[in-house]
Amino acid sequence: MTFRVHVRVIPRPGLLDPQGQAVEHALGSLGFGGVRDVRVGKAIELGIEAATPAEAEAAARRMCERLLANPVTEDFVVAVDA
Amino acid sequence: MPRIAVIRFPGSNCETETLRAIARAGGEPALLDYRDTDLQGAQGVILPGGFSYGDYLRSGAIARFAPVMGPLRALAESGAPVLGICNGFQILCEAHLLPGALLHNTQQRFTARPVDIRIERTDTACTGHYTRGQVIRVPLAHGEGRFVADEAPLDALETANPVALRYVTVRGRGLPANPNGATRDIAGICNPEGNVVGFMPHPERLADPVLGDDVGLGFFTALVERCRGAEVGA
Amino acid sequence: MTVMVEPQPFPGERPVTDDVVREHKLNTREYDAIRTMLGDRTPTLTELGIFSALWSEHCSYKHTKPVLRTFPTEGPQVLQGPGENAGVLRLPDGWAVAFKIESHNHPSAVEPYQGAATGVGGILRDVFTMGARPVALLNSLRFGPLDDARNRYLFAGVVKGVGDYGNCVGVPTLGGEVRFAPGYSGNPLVNAMAVGLMRADELITARAHGVGNLLLAVGARTGRDGIHGASFASEDLTSESEARRPQVQVGDPFTEKLLLEASLELIHGDYIVAIQDMGAAGLTSSSAEMAARGGVGVELDTSAVPTREPGMTPYEIMLSESQERMLVVAEPHRVDEIRAVCQRWDLDATVVGRVTDDGLFRVVHDGRLVAAIPGQELVEGCPIYTPEAREGDAAVARRARQPEGTAPDPVTALERLLDAPTIASKRWVFEQFDGTVRGRSVATPGGDAGLLRVDDTPFALAMTVDCNARHVLLDPYEGGKGVVAEAARNIACTGARPLGITDCLNFGNPERPEIFFRFREACRGIADACRAFDTPVTGGNVSLYNQSPLGAIDPTPTVGMIGLLEDVTTAVPSHFRAEGDAILLLGRTHGHLGGSAYWAEVLDCVGGPPPPIDLAAERALQEVLIAAAAGRLLVSPHDLSDGGLAVALAESCIGGPWATTAFGAEIDLGRHAESVSDEGWLFGEDGARALVSCAPERVADLQRLAGTHGVECHFLGLVGPASADLEVRRDGSHWRWPVARLRAQHLDAIPRRMAAPVSAGED
Repeated sequence: MTFRVHVRVIPRPGLLDPQGQAVEHALGSLGFGGVRDVRVGKAIELGIEAATPAEAEAAARRMCERLLANPVTEDFVVAVDA
Repeated sequence: MPRIAVIRFPGSNCETETLRAIARAGGEPALLDYRDTDLQGAQGVILPGGFSYGDYLRSGAIARFAPVMGPLRALAESGAPVLGICNGFQILCEAHLLPGALLHNTQQRFTARPVDIRIERTDTACTGHYTRGQVIRVPLAHGEGRFVADEAPLDALETANPVALRYVTVRGRGLPANPNGATRDIAGICNPEGNVVGFMPHPERLADPVLGDDVGLGFFTALVERCRGAEVGA
Repeated sequence: MTVMVEPQPFPGERPVTDDVVREHKLNTREYDAIRTMLGDRTPTLTELGIFSALWSEHCSYKHTKPVLRTFPTEGPQVLQGPGENAGVLRLPDGWAVAFKIESHNHPSAVEPYQGAATGVGGILRDVFTMGARPVALLNSLRFGPLDDARNRYLFAGVVKGVGDYGNCVGVPTLGGEVRFAPGYSGNPLVNAMAVGLMRADELITARAHGVGNLLLAVGARTGRDGIHGASFASEDLTSESEARRPQVQVGDPFTEKLLLEASLELIHGDYIVAIQDMGAAGLTSSSAEMAARGGVGVELDTSAVPTREPGMTPYEIMLSESQERMLVVAEPHRVDEIRAVCQRWDLDATVVGRVTDDGLFRVVHDGRLVAAIPGQELVEGCPIYTPEAREGDAAVARRARQPEGTAPDPVTALERLLDAPTIASKRWVFEQFDGTVRGRSVATPGGDAGLLRVDDTPFALAMTVDCNARHVLLDPYEGGKGVVAEAARNIACTGARPLGITDCLNFGNPERPEIFFRFREACRGIADACRAFDTPVTGGNVSLYNQSPLGAIDPTPTVGMIGLLEDVTTAVPSHFRAEGDAILLLGRTHGHLGGSAYWAEVLDCVGGPPPPIDLAAERALQEVLIAAAAGRLLVSPHDLSDGGLAVALAESCIGGPWATTAFGAEIDLGRHAESVSDEGWLFGEDGARALVSCAPERVADLQRLAGTHGVECHFLGLVGPASADLEVRRDGSHWRWPVARLRAQHLDAIPRRMAAPVSAGED
């Protein structure tokens, strides 16, 4: 069956995220106070053919390691819809 | 001499050549800051190219909230000429002073090259110095220049005829005419009144005969004359 | 006598053991020197980190200094020679040009996009810290062959990184070269050059002085990025170094643009005493070098440095290579004004130290003294090595090598050359670089050299980067001469006079005698050529240890050259422009095929001695080209280099990357140099030659001009109609190429290869 898989790719902790920094600054100047540690990444949705959710998740992880995320600069989180 | 302001946002980088083009076209150039809350008597405004706020989040998305955008909107609504070039066009779209949006180029790469554009209408604030249908070659340089709008408004848009510039193919050039995948080859548009204009190409970079051509100067000459006309009319 | 308080280890810090010393890439001799310098005590970890950074090859030039000293560095045009952030040359009317080239090879091998981007950022800062506004960028890039997915990944990532950074800051890319050879697989080269304009009287140098003056950190916050980048750059790339690589430095061109504007305002408004980029080895090298140049001491308080992450140790703060940061020296009463200027550009300026009178380089953190090192010795006391230099047997054998097998006919051979990525059109690359921002670009990439108009003056700057590494590999001395000669030829083709160079010397591990031989001989060649052309070396960068498990890279001493075109209105492009124009060849053809692209790309033979470079003939050719441009005799000049006459003819017919018209040409080589073989005529790479076109009525003037300089000038034929054929006859032979087909091959060679998938992995 096809599983809906959600992948979130986020700059690794500690790594400079100029985009997150600019967004944080802009939110502050628009009056949104108390916003901290803004990180800007990517959300990717995939339909994956697999026998089980675990299999779909494992496949998505392999895709992240090979292509979807840059292992040098980005972390990823994989979630499979029930 | 009509005073035309160029607004510098953090990350703007085409303000110098834009100011120079205004001066060469006979206008009085004035450099304003994005934090300014009045336009210091400018009769027309140009939002220059560059990467305001690094193009982070979406190009133009953060700049639209700058303090200067309030008086700019008022000036636009009064019918005075407002021109956005490249990043300036992106800001005008984000600020809803022009319809549509500019997305990443289809090829997902920054593209810098000359393009041939056709002047689709000459009754806008800055195209009166060309003839309708004239094709000119000017530089272009952007990563997010693919103009899109919903199909329905696009038809309405085209009916009202606000497409100012379109990319066209010149035979034998060996390059796709449309450099970014823009809907209907749209390079630039204007509002129904024609006083707010935005486009992606950079005519201000080709406004000095020493560089081989000054075909881009016409946009600035037209803008200066439009302001001068308004001055006389007032 | 000064009472020295001994620094104490920072709480939680590892004790300095032999293993820790080795980890910091310091050998026994160096460690002994450190102990002696410290009055026979064990350094703290912070101190060890500081030494390790400053005594890396990158900062200390410990293997290369004696050789670099042999470069000519003086001349009436030199306003600032080597030793500062960038070299500066005088221009007419009180103008000056600051320029420098630097490598970012190792970071780009690990993370091509960020590695390349931060390389551009660093070189821009080197130029604007001299007080110059950056007006142009160039780059020299090397990759392994594009049939490998990892090489495609590196190539695509580097090009995008270089482009995105320069485009965003708004500095046009006006030139560059991209070459591909197996020697760069796994170890790409990314050399970036920046050019800045300034008024000569606005020059500022990076010298701390004035006891009691304050040190301020301006710009981005400090994170754990690239800790030990400088020593990382000074070792071979192995799978082990892959594993312990530092956190990648991320470039932020948006902040760079703000930093650029703020820095120029601080310099031109006379708010500051000195300014330096926190580049390689970050706060350590910027502060130590500024102090040593000024002959003063400094005290830094690392706990005052704004950090991006909590809990950073003094060791980490001293060695962080976070980007877009500046260190400024200022008088205390100017600090508020400096803060105001910075704030206007949305930047922070924080006092992080002060200038002292005891000559010590001191670091305190939360009131604790963690480092105290004699400042001058720290910067200058690194042991200097004179490595053994011996040419390897393999190199001698390579020089004797000849191609085997049968050669294809010249028609096929030229088509294969134009399809070789090294020779093919780089439009795919240049399309990603903004070449026209600022509206001053007269010639953008794709011709012989970039050309930039200087505001409100009649003159223009010409600029180029060049290196034929195959020639250097085969004969380091002649190859080294050839690098400078080719750069000067490119500059002279625009009509400009060569003024000076910056160099980026990319080599393998200098501790191997065959590698150091290449380095020494290539430098000797560069020095001799620079003396012959009156183009002093104004600075540059050495990048050693460019080795991967596959071996050392081809020796790549890249030269960036600046020239002055006195009358910008005499500028002409490098391709044919009108049917019926005469085509002439300047210079003598010997038909030298050793080391040629023809042998390498068509006959699969990297071998033979490269063409010997006749410096007097090169100089004479430059004079002819400069005088011909000034007299408006030429319609197009184009230098002969890779692929020789055939490739130069094809390129002149095809036109630049954006040409609207391609022209045919009819050439007859009949009566010239009869002893030379057909292949030698078409593909030989003798130096000191240029292919020019001119109006038929100017041929006699041009021949007369060439004659007065002792340069041969051969009439070869005429420019043909648009979209016609390139035809070459020689006695009984006749070769014909449809230009439209050549153009398609030339333009499509790289996009065709890049259509295949890329892969970050090794598989």
